[in-house]
Amino acid sequence: MKYLKYKLLTFALLLSVIAIAQQTPAPQQTQAYSIEGATAHLGNGTVIENALIMFNEGKITFVGSANMKIARQGKVINANGKHIYPGFIAPNSTLGLVEVDAVRASNDIREVGAMNPHVRSLIAYNTESKVVESMRPNGVLMGQITPRGGRISGTSSIVQFDAWNWEDAVIKEDDGIHLNWPNPYSRGRWWLGEPAGLKLNKKYTEQVNNLTNYVLESKAYNAGNKSPRHLPFEALQPLFNGTKKLFVHVDDQKGITDAIAFAKDNNVKSLVIVGGAEADKVMPLLKQNNIPVLLQRIHSNSNSDDDAYDVTYTLANTLVNAGVLVGLENSGDMERMNARNLPFLAGTCAAFGLDKEKALSLITLNTAKILGIDDKVGSLEVGKDATFFISEGDALDMRTNKLSKAYIQGRDISLESHQTELYKRYSNKYKQQ
Amino acid sequence: MIKKLLLTTMLCFSAALFAQDYAPKNDGVKTINSNYTALTNATIHVSPTQVLDKSTLLIKDGKIVAVGKSVSIPKNAVKVDLTGKSIYPSFIDIYSTFGVETPKSPSGNSRRPQYDAGREGYYWNDHIRAEQDAIAHFKFDSKAAEALRKAGFGTVNTHIDDGIIRGTGTLIALNSNGTDANRILAEKSGQYLGTSKSKTSRQAYPTSIMGAFALLRQVNMDANWYATGNAKEKDRTLEAFIANKNQVQIMEAGSKLNALRLDNIGDQFNTQYVFVGGGDEYEYINDIKATNASFILPVDFPDAYDMEDPFLASAVELADLREWNQKPHNPKILAENNINFAFTTHKLKKPEEFMANVLKAIEAGLSKEKALAALTTVPAQILGKSNVLGTLKTGAYANFLVTSGDIFDKETTIYQNWVTGEKDEFKALNTTDIRGDYTFNLNNTTYELSISGKLEKLKAKAKANDKTLGAKVSFKDDWLNLTISTVDTTKQEFIRLVSNITDTNNFSGKAYFPNGNESTFNAKKVEKENKDKEKKDKDEDKKDSKSRKFFPVTYPNMAFGNTTQPKQETILFKNVTVWTNEKEGILKNSDVLIKNGKISKIGTNLNASGAKVINGEGKHLTAGIIDEHSHIATSSVNESGHNSTAEVTQEDVINPEHIGIYRNLSGGVTSIQILHGSANPIGGRSAIIKLKWGESAKNMLYKNSPKFIKFALGENVKQSNWGENNTIRFPQTRMGVEQVYTDYFQRAKEYDALKKSGKPYRKDVEMEVIAEILNKERFISCHSYVQSEINMLMKVAEKFDFRVNTFTHILEGYKVADKMEAHGVGGSTFSDWWAYKYEVNDAIPYNAAIMHNAGVTVAINSDDAEMSRRLNQEAAKTVKYGNVSEEEAWKFVTLNPAKLLHIDDRVGSIKVGKDADVVLWSDHPMSIYAKAEKTLIEGATYFDIETDKQKREAIKKEKNELTTLMLQAKNKGLKTKPIVKKEKEHFHCDTEI
Repeated sequence: MKYLKYKLLTFALLLSVIAIAQQTPAPQQTQAYSIEGATAHLGNGTVIENALIMFNEGKITFVGSANMKIARQGKVINANGKHIYPGFIAPNSTLGLVEVDAVRASNDIREVGAMNPHVRSLIAYNTESKVVESMRPNGVLMGQITPRGGRISGTSSIVQFDAWNWEDAVIKEDDGIHLNWPNPYSRGRWWLGEPAGLKLNKKYTEQVNNLTNYVLESKAYNAGNKSPRHLPFEALQPLFNGTKKLFVHVDDQKGITDAIAFAKDNNVKSLVIVGGAEADKVMPLLKQNNIPVLLQRIHSNSNSDDDAYDVTYTLANTLVNAGVLVGLENSGDMERMNARNLPFLAGTCAAFGLDKEKALSLITLNTAKILGIDDKVGSLEVGKDATFFISEGDALDMRTNKLSKAYIQGRDISLESHQTELYKRYSNKYKQQ
Repeated sequence: MIKKLLLTTMLCFSAALFAQDYAPKNDGVKTINSNYTALTNATIHVSPTQVLDKSTLLIKDGKIVAVGKSVSIPKNAVKVDLTGKSIYPSFIDIYSTFGVETPKSPSGNSRRPQYDAGREGYYWNDHIRAEQDAIAHFKFDSKAAEALRKAGFGTVNTHIDDGIIRGTGTLIALNSNGTDANRILAEKSGQYLGTSKSKTSRQAYPTSIMGAFALLRQVNMDANWYATGNAKEKDRTLEAFIANKNQVQIMEAGSKLNALRLDNIGDQFNTQYVFVGGGDEYEYINDIKATNASFILPVDFPDAYDMEDPFLASAVELADLREWNQKPHNPKILAENNINFAFTTHKLKKPEEFMANVLKAIEAGLSKEKALAALTTVPAQILGKSNVLGTLKTGAYANFLVTSGDIFDKETTIYQNWVTGEKDEFKALNTTDIRGDYTFNLNNTTYELSISGKLEKLKAKAKANDKTLGAKVSFKDDWLNLTISTVDTTKQEFIRLVSNITDTNNFSGKAYFPNGNESTFNAKKVEKENKDKEKKDKDEDKKDSKSRKFFPVTYPNMAFGNTTQPKQETILFKNVTVWTNEKEGILKNSDVLIKNGKISKIGTNLNASGAKVINGEGKHLTAGIIDEHSHIATSSVNESGHNSTAEVTQEDVINPEHIGIYRNLSGGVTSIQILHGSANPIGGRSAIIKLKWGESAKNMLYKNSPKFIKFALGENVKQSNWGENNTIRFPQTRMGVEQVYTDYFQRAKEYDALKKSGKPYRKDVEMEVIAEILNKERFISCHSYVQSEINMLMKVAEKFDFRVNTFTHILEGYKVADKMEAHGVGGSTFSDWWAYKYEVNDAIPYNAAIMHNAGVTVAINSDDAEMSRRLNQEAAKTVKYGNVSEEEAWKFVTLNPAKLLHIDDRVGSIKVGKDADVVLWSDHPMSIYAKAEKTLIEGATYFDIETDKQKREAIKKEKNELTTLMLQAKNKGLKTKPIVKKEKEHFHCDTEI
């Protein structure tokens, strides 16, 4: 009896393991494909009606009109009436670093200490996260996995979302260092009887100076014989030769201005502003210095009652019109599970004034450029990775964002997930009754 | 040693002066002073409305014996000639903590919550302290008394500022020469109440203002029960509460919203509170007037913000800028509306700041008569002491001020403050007034001198050869000392002048030059300057009055408020695509007529005379969105002090000034259910409101609203994510949750049976509410996650023979959809939330579709102030996840939540006769590209995309104007305060207030 119980338990466990395991990553592309008849949204602003897209060995080999008399390579897929998009990219994301927000044991998001440039997100990235696989049915196929917290949070890496392990997943290893710019406000110490609201951060200058000193120290260290070794200082070195980008997380206009000056003074080669709620107030500065902006979740309420209800919805449009390179990111509350709504952030930008194809670029080519991966992904162009998907309709609109196929590096990936499996299981339960 | 001895002697002396007449006397012979004091030839303000010229005030034994023009002065009277001086009744502060220390929190801070009371023999809740008497804690504070006397006060009603019910106050004369034997004018004077907890106890309940309101109600009911004599145990708190009922009830509201809320509670128990206000009463003046309450107003008018740093300045909101401009006008507006009010020093750091702030109110238009009343007769009348306080009538206490003139002139000096016949002198009565303009010659140069300011703080200005010179003046015991800089301003050198003034029209003295030379001078008073000065004063007044321009109040009084409230209109939408949500389906190119707040006609080629015609070509008209689960527009979400809080209600704490209301309108939302949070298995009652932006809380509520209550299951109620200290409240497991429900339902059943039996019973709001559920008069909306607990609650309900109305969140509803359908419960869920807690591991975005397919009435809700304005998009996700038809998906945010809330007879579809709560969309309503262009409630347009643009411009303009005024204020040297940025609370289920 006891034995039977155990046997049952083992069986049950097995079942549950099957149920919760990640979808098996797709095998490498072994034959060429030609997709014909769809509307192709290239990601660079161009749309091709009745398009022909061909790809082989993981790369795009042809992008053009299906009206062209050209030999179709490999297997031909008819996609009449459908839409093709380059895979969406979720920058400044913590996907794969936390599984369940409230379960501490599943949380690998923030290391102890203020200065952690040497801490790398990549090795903690969980390719088997159930949350990550739920991105794919919405077209979000890649992400920049970013640590959080401290003054310098650590180093991010860019991955694709169909992999056995983090080594397979990586698109660009250690692409950038993330710096949380000192806040212009500090919280009142209510426990000492101060008002609880935000007040001017009196330590702002000191905090900025500390950063500058840290960078100067690291430069001096790297110019010397590097002995004894100093891991954080070493990790900063690539910022000054341009092999890593500096992502400064900052919202207010003064902070943005100061961060740009800081990067210039310290010879940081490549700077990206993340957040950028007040980026519209410093547009000429951003444009002059070619500083791109990753706008934080535009589906947000403004903190000021005086702001227009659509203040966050129109921000991307304003910046794009001023010639600033803009991408969208989705950090904030419940950011991981919510990352699959990235396309709808772009859709909202279109609803509030931005051209639809330019809105698409906010989550494809612009982001790829900002992250420095536009040689591989971000648009449907010959020579780039065959990372794209086919949707029943407009993928920026939730009603019609319905994927029938998705490819990552030419691999025909599964669009199933823990969630679709439960959907099927319980739909069938009621059908059987 | 000598010092000590002296002190002892002095103490004896003063004690002897006021010893009781039957006390033994060992330090001399018995002396009784039976003299009168007669203050003659004064301008006497007997009361705010009665002023007597050249009259006499006769006092004896601390009381006024006579007042008038022809008072016969007894021979044994000490006479004081007050020619040119004025007498006013001294001020009364009836919201004081004078001499009563506010209790401190107990030391040692355990983080574990305390659920039970720390006292025995008193009320079960430590924060109800009716048995406290301020007199028992009172200790006369001479220093504080002096500061108050200098500010013009003679009497205070002091209290213990601690707890929700704070016990009785005590009336004190601020007489430092007396003893408590004659200073305490009334031992128990008024009962004080508030909404904040006692610092002496860590008892958890109430954790919210909503809980405090419920507790106030329950105390009243328990007192009524106790008074019947049916209570089994002694309760000293309730006994005191019953005894204190005949006292005036002074309630610290602190804001207009709380005053309105608390007045409702008072009405329920025939108690008219006197409210301590927040200075914002003018914003809802009609509702405030309707309370019939008297107010006690602090005069802590806000300083301007320091707007010099434009980056920082952008953090200040319009409402805060306006407040600076508007708040000084509050007393005037109350006076115009015949609302009775007194002033208090409460909220000021020092009593010295008091008069300057009262003057601000007068500058803003408050009449001096009303101002004086607010300081004298009104507080006296509130305390029921009009016969002895507040006026200078015969028989009243001799509490009065002797001043140099109009008490509300900033140049006026208070010479003396008499309290119960004892004089305190701040400035000698015979001080020569040397204020005026003079000229004199020194070394062939003519100097112009102007002396102004208060008698106790003179200011001097000097001019020569058209140059302004530095000047400093002091005047004491008729000796003038004047220092002026020399005409050669390149040098830092000074001339000093000294004069003993006997005649202010003409005085001479000596001048000392920088080189050591001396000479004499003769100064003459000049009258002609006065005219110039008057003109200048007038100019300055003009300038000031410009800066005192009153910025109009909007509804609500903040950004995007309405200048006038939207009115019902007759509107004809032409050629629009109509989503009826009825069997007619989606009608293309149709017309909809709205009249008298209702849907009047639906058809084609409709005409209506006088209707405003709106071309709907290419647009869509739908019913307004209804959010079944919202936490916007409330001041409080959770009462987490108990595991059941059915006694609290969101209707008590609606916040009609939440910007979320306007932003929801911009997303096409017209009705919401404000739910209690999920801190406990049995939460509080709901408020179902229409988002009538600009209306009061009362007007937003549905008339004859269906009754709802929030229940909750899972991790939140078992405190899984509350930290290690919160592990002692039952339940900590799902097993316990079932027992909580069974227990409460059983008790409510027994309570209801007793109530219906006609036998006496103690009225208990919590039990009443739960009994309503059993009697199918109240519906449950239950926060729920996993299938086991969902199933459990349905089974518990079935045992008690009722049905659960709605499962909200209901993320695993798809696993038990068949059981839900059989039970008859609806599901109001998120479109795609998951992974934030362990219990949402199996939450899937297909949930709505599966439940819908199984026959469950499904809604999509927000629980989020941001997402709620995109509920149309959230509905659209069910098309993506699960292929729900667009027409059905749209019902998930309109008709279905209306059904779940039992308001589908009024709203939720476009049907003739229903409320005209409609939205005009620029596009297919579930398209991501759709914008709400107009949102109507009952035929009045509460959001219009064009008006919105105008509002944005108006906000910008007004902010710039106010910013300029604040910058000017700083330049003029007025005090400014640093900018503090407000953090916006984003309320959701777990919000802990």
